[in-house]
Amino acid sequence: MQVEVLYFAWVRERIGLPREMVETTATDVAGLVKELQTREERYALAFSDLSALRVAIDQELTDFDAPLKGAREVAFFPPMTGG
Amino acid sequence: MLAVQSAAFDPGQVLNEFTAKVGNSGAVVSFTGLVRDDTGDLKHMQIEHYPGMTEKAIGAMMDKAQARWNLTECTVIHRYGELAPNEVIMMVATAASHRVEAFEAADYLMDYLKSCAPFWKKEVSHSGDIWVASKQADEEALNRW
Repeated sequence: MQVEVLYFAWVRERIGLPREMVETTATDVAGLVKELQTREERYALAFSDLSALRVAIDQELTDFDAPLKGAREVAFFPPMTGG
Repeated sequence: MLAVQSAAFDPGQVLNEFTAKVGNSGAVVSFTGLVRDDTGDLKHMQIEHYPGMTEKAIGAMMDKAQARWNLTECTVIHRYGELAPNEVIMMVATAASHRVEAFEAADYLMDYLKSCAPFWKKEVSHSGDIWVASKQADEEALNRW
């Protein structure tokens, strides 16, 4: 399946892209992360510590074990600092 | 009312307009957040957000606050982009029949905005740039609710 992957804050800076279309065979977020990690050094670096990352599917905060089925948009970012 | 915007706003004017439309509420509470420069070295704060998710996430928090504290009105304005030291970043205003509800709802909204609204702050200083790290205490504060 194809999914749009978005990156924010230092994740975006490390990967060097705000968003990209990704062809994936993963069934959950953790699987997608594994695929991305093996791509290039900059991805491995961005995804080296998952405890420092949060994930949203279709703009809803979720967990790394969430299924990807039907997802259009997956976003990775550091913990939020609003307010 | 919810606004996510880059433009500056006047919190006094927002509060006056808010107060004028809350009718017989009895209690209005507001909080205004400013760009703080702890070191005296800050050039500006760069605030990034996730368009779409930001509005959804804040809208959901406002709905919850409105229902839980029976608010008559509730306003959140949050800016993004480049903000100079002491500039207004954001504002929350709540109106209810009594002060406890208005205070608690504003406090709740602030806690959720800190940790659950997709904003990220970067301090751009003369000595370099640094992404503001989230504080564990901020995420733990959610357990209060």
